[in-house]
Amino acid sequence: MKRHLISAADLTRADAVLILDTAEELAMLADRPIKKLPTLRGRTVVNLFYEDSTRTRISFEAAAKRLSADVINFSAKGSSVAKGESLKDTALTLEAMGADAVVIRHPASGAAHRLAEWVQGSVLNAGDGTHEHPTQALLDAFTIRRRLKGDGGGAAGRAGTRGAGLDGIRVTIVGDVLHSRVARSNVLLLSTLGAEVTLAAPPTLLPLAVGTWPCAVSYDLDTELPKSDVVMMLRVQQERMTAAYFPSVREYSRRYGLDAARMARLPEHAIVMHPGPMNRGVEIAAEVADSARSTIVEQVANGVTTRMAVLYLLLSGTEFPEVAQ
Amino acid sequence: MTADDEARWLIRGVTIAGAGQEPGVADILLGGGSVVAVESGLNHSGVRVLDAGGLVALPGLVDLHTHLREPGREDAETVETGTAAAALGGYTAVHAMANTEPVADTAGVVEQVWRLGRAAGHCDVQPVGAVTVGLGGTRLAELGTMADSVARVRLFSDDGRCVADPLLMRRALEYVKAFDGVIAQHAQDPRLTEGAQLNEGEMSARLGLAGWPAVAEEAIIARDCLLAAHVGSALHICHVSTAGSVEIIRWAKSKGWPVTAEVTPHHLLLTDELAAGYDPVFKVNPPLRTAADVAELRRALGDGTIDCVATDHAPHPVEAKETEWPEAAFGMTGLETALRVVQQAMVDTGLLDWAGVADRMSVRPARIGRLTGHGVPLAAGAPANLTLYDPAAPAEAVLAAGASKSRNTPFAGLELPGRVVATFLRGTPTVLDGKLR
Repeated sequence: MKRHLISAADLTRADAVLILDTAEELAMLADRPIKKLPTLRGRTVVNLFYEDSTRTRISFEAAAKRLSADVINFSAKGSSVAKGESLKDTALTLEAMGADAVVIRHPASGAAHRLAEWVQGSVLNAGDGTHEHPTQALLDAFTIRRRLKGDGGGAAGRAGTRGAGLDGIRVTIVGDVLHSRVARSNVLLLSTLGAEVTLAAPPTLLPLAVGTWPCAVSYDLDTELPKSDVVMMLRVQQERMTAAYFPSVREYSRRYGLDAARMARLPEHAIVMHPGPMNRGVEIAAEVADSARSTIVEQVANGVTTRMAVLYLLLSGTEFPEVAQ
Repeated sequence: MTADDEARWLIRGVTIAGAGQEPGVADILLGGGSVVAVESGLNHSGVRVLDAGGLVALPGLVDLHTHLREPGREDAETVETGTAAAALGGYTAVHAMANTEPVADTAGVVEQVWRLGRAAGHCDVQPVGAVTVGLGGTRLAELGTMADSVARVRLFSDDGRCVADPLLMRRALEYVKAFDGVIAQHAQDPRLTEGAQLNEGEMSARLGLAGWPAVAEEAIIARDCLLAAHVGSALHICHVSTAGSVEIIRWAKSKGWPVTAEVTPHHLLLTDELAAGYDPVFKVNPPLRTAADVAELRRALGDGTIDCVATDHAPHPVEAKETEWPEAAFGMTGLETALRVVQQAMVDTGLLDWAGVADRMSVRPARIGRLTGHGVPLAAGAPANLTLYDPAAPAEAVLAAGASKSRNTPFAGLELPGRVVATFLRGTPTVLDGKLR
C-alpha cells in the first residue's frame, strides 16, 4: 500500500481486499468487552476538519482510539485557520507537533493531495471538495461484501468472504454524481473490486466526461432497479435547484427518489445504501430508509472498523496477524 | 550612459529571419538607433563587434499581453522587473495589461505606466487601456482620452474579465474606430464559468474540479466576430485556447472580417493532464486544454489563422500559488521562456520557420498593437530593435527563478531548447551574452 490514502485509485485490488479482510478481523473486537488494541500506542493521529462533519470525525476518532492512538481534533472553526492561516502553514504546524497521520476533510478538491506534499506523516483523505472520499467507498464495499458475499457478519460469513472481491455484483449509484466525492471513490473502488457499477442521474448531475469512467450510465432509474443488487442513494443538496440542475425538489424526487413503490422493483436480495446524512422524503423515502433492506445504520458501524483497518495498515507497517496467516 | 550605449555595433555572420525575406547569413551594422546596413562582409572601424555565427536575428519581439502588476501589486512584479524579464526573453516592446490597482482606465494611470517603462529602459512599455471603468463591465472608460494621452493607447482590454454585455461590446468596438483602436477581448462567458477551475473534460471529471467548458470561450468569440463585422471595427481575441475557437476565427477571417487572435506559449505546449497533482502553478485563465486543442492551436499559428504569440505573463507571489487549487490565483509567467517554447512547439516540429517566428512574434503583434517603431524587418533604415537567438544551444532545464519577481512558471524543470543571446533596443543592447545590461 502507498503511504497515503487520497484516492480510491491509489488502491490495487489486493490492497482493497487486504483492507476489507483486516476490517473483518477488527470487527470481532467490537464483540469483546474491551474494544481496544494497543497497536498504535504512542502514535498521534490528527483530525484536521475544515468542514463540519461530526459523523466522519467521530468515526475516525473512534477508529484511532480503539487502536490506542492519541487523537488531536483540529477544527477550522475557532482556530488559526479561521483567521486565515494557509493550509501549508497549518501543515507545518502539525508536522512540528509530530503527527503520524493527518485525517483531512476539506471543501477544496485536491486539498489532501496538497497536504501530502507538506507533511511527512500519512495523509488520509476524509473528503476533499467534490473529488473523493475513499474510506466511505471502503466501508461501502465492506458492507456490500458482508451482505451479499457472506452471511451478514457471523464467523462463517467472515471465513466465506476473506479474500473475496465484489465480482459480478451490480451496483447502481443514484443522484448528484457531479458533486459527489462518494460517487467518485465508489466508482473507482467498486470497479477495482469487480463490481458492475451503473450511475443513474439526470444528465445535468453527471460529469460531461463520465463516459471515460469505468461504469455504465443511465438517465432512467426505473429500468436499472430490477437489475440491481445494490442501490446507493446520494444526498441531494437543495442549492442545486437554484443553479438549475433540476426544476424542483419534488420533480427530482419523482424521477430519482427511492420510494416504497420503486423499492418493490428491486430483486429480493437487493440492499439499499446511503452515505448519510439523508434527506428523507427527497432522495429516499422514510419507509425505505427504515426498511430491512436498508444498510444505513450498518454502514456507520462498518465505518469505524474499516477506518481502523486503514489506520492499522498505514501506520503499523504490518499486517494484522490473523489476516497475514 | 555607458560606452556600449553610444557605440555602433557590427553583428557578424548572423542568419537573418525577416518576414517575407529569404533567410541568409549577413552582417548587420547598427548606429544611431537604426539599422545602418545589412550586407555580407561589412567592415567598419570603431565599432563593437558581436560574432553571431550560428545565431538567428529576429526583429525585436513584441508582446501584446503582459501583466506588469504595477501599480498595485509590486509584490508580484514591477515595471522594472517585468521589463527586465521581457528583455531577457528577447522582447523590445510589451503591452502592459490594464488590470492593475488602480485599473488603467484613465489617462493618468496609463501615463504613469508609460513613464515607468521609459524609466526602466529595458524595453518599450505600451500601456493597454481598460474598456470599462474599473473593469466593471458596465460603463465605457474614457477611451479617447487615453488614446490622446502621452501613452497613445490603441489597444483596449478588460483582460482578466470578459466584456460580456453585448451592447457594451458593440459600443466599444464602434467607438474606437475614431482613433484606429482595437478591442482585445478576454473571451469568457461569465455565467458558463461560475466557479470554473479546469477545462471541462476527463480531467475535471476525475479531479472533481468545476469544469470550464470550451463553449464559454467559443460563444463569446463567435458573438464578437459577428459584432466586429457588423460595425466594421477591429477585434483582437486574447489567449485563444480551444480548437473550436480556431474554427470560428478561421471562418471569420475567410469572410474578410477585421479579426486577429493570439495564443500563449503555455497553450502551445501544456495540457490539462498536468493538473493531476493539483499544483496550481498549472492553473491559468483560460485553462490548459487537451492535446487535441494544443495540436490545433499549433496548426493555426503555423498557417496564420492565429496571428501571433502573446505571453499573458501573469506573475503571482508564492503564497498565491502555494495553496489549495480552488483558492489559487490564475496565471503563469512566460516572458523569459516564450521564444524557447515557440522553438520547441513550432520550429522544431516544422510548423514554422524563423521568418514565420519573426512574423508571429514581432511583425504581426506590432501591427495589431499599432506600434510603429517595432516589428520592422531587419533592413537598412529599420529601427535597431532586434533579438539574437541561438536555436542550437543545448536544451536546458528552465529555472523557476529569473528576472521576474515571481516564480510561477509552469515550465520549471522542463528542458527547452535555445537561448536568447542578445536584445537590442534602438541600437542599445538591453541583453548581451544572455545577461541583462
